[in-house]
Parts: sequence; structure tokens; C-alpha cells
Amino acid sequence: MTRLSNAFPTDRAALVAFVTGGDPTAADTGAILDALVEGGADIIELGMPFTDPMADGPAIQAANIRSLSTGTKTADILNIANAFRERHPTVPLVLMGYANPMTIRGADWFADACVKAGVDGVICVDIPVEEDDSLGDSLRAKDVAVIRLATPTTDAERLPEILNNASGFLYYVSVAGITGLQQAAQASIEEAVARLKAGTDLPVAVGFGVRTPEQAADIARVADGVVVGSAIVEIIAEHGAAAAPHVKDYVKSLSDAIRSAR
Amino acid sequence: MWTESLPFAKRFAHMTKQDKLSNSFRNQPDERGHFGQFGGRYVAETLMPLILDLEKHYRAAQADPAFAEEFDDLLEHYVGRPSPLYFAERLTEHVRKDAPEGKGAQIWFKRDELNHTGAHKINNCIGQILLAKRMGKTRIIAETGAGQHGVATATVCARFGLPCVIYMGATDIERQKPNIFRMRLLGAEVVPVTSGSATLKDAMNDALRDWVANVHDTFYIIGTAAGPHPYPELVRDFQSVIGREAREQMLARTGRLPDMLVAAIGGGSNAIGLFHPFLDDPDVEMLGIEAAGHGLEKEHAASLAGGKPGILHGNKTYLLQDEDGQIDEAHSISAGLDYPGIGPEHSWLKESGRVRYDSVTDTEALEGFQLLCSTEGIIPALEPSHAIAAVAREAVKMDRDQIILANLCGRGDKDIFTVAEALGTEI
Repeated sequence: MTRLSNAFPTDRAALVAFVTGGDPTAADTGAILDALVEGGADIIELGMPFTDPMADGPAIQAANIRSLSTGTKTADILNIANAFRERHPTVPLVLMGYANPMTIRGADWFADACVKAGVDGVICVDIPVEEDDSLGDSLRAKDVAVIRLATPTTDAERLPEILNNASGFLYYVSVAGITGLQQAAQASIEEAVARLKAGTDLPVAVGFGVRTPEQAADIARVADGVVVGSAIVEIIAEHGAAAAPHVKDYVKSLSDAIRSAR
Repeated sequence: MWTESLPFAKRFAHMTKQDKLSNSFRNQPDERGHFGQFGGRYVAETLMPLILDLEKHYRAAQADPAFAEEFDDLLEHYVGRPSPLYFAERLTEHVRKDAPEGKGAQIWFKRDELNHTGAHKINNCIGQILLAKRMGKTRIIAETGAGQHGVATATVCARFGLPCVIYMGATDIERQKPNIFRMRLLGAEVVPVTSGSATLKDAMNDALRDWVANVHDTFYIIGTAAGPHPYPELVRDFQSVIGREAREQMLARTGRLPDMLVAAIGGGSNAIGLFHPFLDDPDVEMLGIEAAGHGLEKEHAASLAGGKPGILHGNKTYLLQDEDGQIDEAHSISAGLDYPGIGPEHSWLKESGRVRYDSVTDTEALEGFQLLCSTEGIIPALEPSHAIAAVAREAVKMDRDQIILANLCGRGDKDIFTVAEALGTEI
């Protein structure tokens, strides 16, 4: 978890980069993760593929299918994370995914697996605070960050419940919708980040629909982190096993924009 | 009528004295929406405030006599309730021919296929659209498998003048063409879903994706007693009209309760609707029938028989899945049963032992379908054909003075093309 708390520089926003593990194959993901780091990503979000990713738009749905159809297993995702940890001892890596693959062998099993693979935090899309005990307790007991999501529908009354027991960073989903489709108006992001930061000392990272370096820079001026996912996943869809250099170039364009934003 | 003396809240919630007993099977779910270890609210944060708001409005509706009155009025004059309770005399005789001496229970049917739109689905849709109205929602979405819930949703949307979008798997659209046309006639937009297996579970994924992007004005009418709390509870409550009527009708006609209830289960809304009012009658045995498809060793849709607990579509329940928790594709000849999960209350009733669950294959269901056509002059849907096959199987083991009651939850007009194909006949 220390890796995560060190990942947000004080003088600029952090770049959080998402890819789906095992897309297009488990063997290709290592090079793609390296490309994210070389391009300047500060935090890696590794997606655990799921057959029914109901919070995701077409790009990440397709990535899940590509990954699973080439036989990616949970063990492969953990191996990818473990190998990444050996190559990059200081770069934080969080797993993002859905409740069923994370809890099917039991929450304690998953928390142990995260520790062994050097995973710093977990974002579970479909475990809201109301169901936190089905995963959160086990992760916290092993010092794995439980990264919570706040959305435009999270009101002032609900926010403290989300922040209670949250760790790592707070992920602000800037649009009510699925990944990769719309983008939020800058004004609404600024207003939301101010509201969230008033309630927590955790870094606030903003994602959903961020595609261009300009957008990333705009968000970087007000938030502690910028999350980019679908746009990277689309590059992988286009270039497949040869995606790494293209991913690196794109991530560098985002990183450069973020670094010169403030 | 039976409704007059009972305030709505007492019918729809777990509020009678007996239900408050700790040994009652009717006091689920708990305040967090859990049926034992099952159920819950496993949804994205964007939907959570909406789910909580829905629960608040549902509690208010339960306490509001005007809500009950409107619901009852629509069920009576628009849906055509109460549906008849029917003694299937020739089917009973037919089954007795092959039964051992003294065996062959009386077979009765609850005729929910006679409802407006031809299935039990409309009961729930009436309840949910009234809730949508209370909440000021102006747009309705739904998922559908066989198309029966889609038709029922499109129907109530036309009746209340609300725009309606129905998500339906492309595979299901192919095998349920008449229902697509019905939905379009009723003014609904039918959106084909091509992701995943292009069946009911994928339609539900896309409906959830629509909902999360349109939370401000959209009400999601879920068609079965599954999904995040409070859906399993409120769908059950709206469908419990089936069991309440059946219980009262059976007592009036025979002076006793049935010995066994049988219902087909996909998500399980018609089954929970029939079973729930009888759960605390210890002498009433209950049998839920899952779809065994090509057989339990091959492709099937029997989540309880062939699955294990997991989390999908907002609730924890038995699911068909692999060791990594990836969801398997279900198979049943009946599009309405072709779902890899089951409502969480059924998972709980299985584990508590109160309800027995068994399964019936595609082939057996086709036999049940033809049996009811030829003995009773009723063309059933493929979903209750599974229950009919099980009824024939069970009745021969029961004494002649015993009563077996099955829910005939849908009529078969929509299925004649599928059945013709399966029987090798061209229409």
C-alpha cells in the first residue's frame, strides 16, 4: 500500500493506466504493462477479465472476450501481476474487476493471492459499501487497499459511507454510464473533485471517457490522478500482440500533457 | 373478492403474526436484502442510490392503500384475475393408466396462461409500472428471454403511455419472432443484444448498461425474482397473487390444501409467486423444476443442480460457472428458462430444504407439451411444459386422493415454431 501512497506526486497529477489482463493473450500483457510504465504511467490498473462486464462499454467488453477466448485464467492474471512486481518493484499495481471472479474461491483466498502477487489495491466494480464484508474485510486484513468508486449519483449523505474504510485513492467515475463512451464536462468534474476532496485526504483520481492529452491535462489541473482505460484498450484491439510500442507512444502523450498541466 | 378484507401491506410484506416467527419461511429477506447468504445488492456505485430510492418508494407503496387499490383494480379488470383453478381430469386419468394400483394424484392447474398477454409476467409488470409512476420515471427498460416479459412490459408501457426499450438476445429474437412483432405493435423498441451468448443474461447486462447511463429518468422493470434488492422481494410480492389465489381457490373447491406444488424455474418468478403463500403450510410439498436442456451432463440451464453460489446481476445466488467464476452459457429449448442463474430466494429455499428442486430435459418438456395439448386441449408454453413433465412423473408416485397443483405460467402460441422444428414438422 505504501507504493500506492507514494504514487501521487505533490506537484502534478498521477497517470493511472488500465488494460485488461490477457488481452490479446496472457503472454502479451507483460510487454504492454512495461509500455505503460515506459510511457509514464504512475499506477497500473490490471483488469481481471469477466464474461459479464456489465459496467463496461464496447471497447472493454471486447477486451474481456478477447482475453477469455484465448484461455486467460485467474492464475494467469496473478502471474502477470507477480512478474510485473519483479520487473517493477516500485510501481503500484491494482486489480480491477467484478465480484464473482474475485470471490469465487473465497475472499481470504483472493486477499492472499493479491499479497503473493504484489498487488497493492483492488477495485471491485459491483461490490458497493453495502456488501463490503464480502471482500473488503479480507483485503484490509492483508493491507491491500480497498479502492472505492464515487459517481455523479453519489450524494453528500452517501459520500461519508463510501469514504469509511476506503484506502489507496478515491476513483471518481465522472459520468453516470459505462466505460469509454461519454466524457464529462470539465466544469462538472471540477465541482465534483472539490466536493470529494473536502471529504477526504485520499488522492482523487478521475476516469471514464478520458481520451485526449488535452482532456487529461484539464483533469490533471484539478485532480490528483487521471484514469485512462478504453482508449488504451482500443489501441490493443487494433494492434494485438504488436501493441506495446503504440501503447507506449499514446501513454507518453498523456503523460507529457499531465506533466505540463500545472 | 379476496382482496377486500386484506390491506395491501399485509398481503405484500411479511407482516402476519405467523411470519414473524423465527421458524417462518416467509420472513425473508433481511433488511439488507439477504436471503440467508444469498441476494444482496451487488451493483455499481452509480446504481446504488437508485436502488436505495426504489426500496424507499416500495416501502411507501406497501403502506399506501391507494397503491393496493390500483394494483388490484388493474389485475381484475385489465389482466383478468383471478385466473381459474382447473382440475385436469383427462390428464389425471391418463397418468393413472400407467400408475401402480391406488396411485395417480389429482392434477390441478393454476391457469396463469389465461392472463392478458398470455403469461404470469404481467402481474409483476403492473406492480412495477405503478412504482415507476410513483417515482416519477418517464422511460422504461426491460430485458426479456422468451419475449413474454418483453411483451408484458411493452403492454403496460402502452397502457400508461411511457416509452419502452426492450433488450433481447439476438439468439432469442430468432426463436421468438412472434413476440418481437407483438412488442413492436405495442410501441416498444426492441434492441438486439449480440454480446456474449446473445441470450437472456446478455440482455440483462445491456439493460443494466442502459440503466446506469440513464438513471435520472429510467425505471428498469426486471422480469424475474432476481437482481439487486429490492427486486427479488418486490417481484415475489407482485407474483404472490398466484399463490394467494390458488390457496383460497383450492380451499374453496376441495376444502383442503394441495399436497404438492410444482412450477418451472428460469429466474423463478412464477414458482416463488405460487410457493410463497404456502411456505408455512408444513404439509404442502413443493417442487421447483429447472431446465436440464440436453441433459445435466451436457448443456443445460439448471443452476441449482449444476451450479454453485456466486455473484451476478446484482445478487448472490447459484450460478452456472467455471472454477474461475466465469459464467457458463445456459441451454434450454425454452428461451424463458435459458439463464445461468436463479432468483436468490430459491437458492435459500434449496439450502434450507423447504423446497425440493429437480429438472426436466428438452425432450421431456416436449413430451409434456404434447401431453397437455392432447389430453386437455391446452397448448402450454415450453416453460410450464417442464412443470407438466414433472407433474406426470410425480403424480404416479402419489396416492389417488392426493392433489398436485402446477402453475401453467404461460401459453404456447409463441412456441409453436420451436416445437414444430423440434418435432421435425414444417409449418
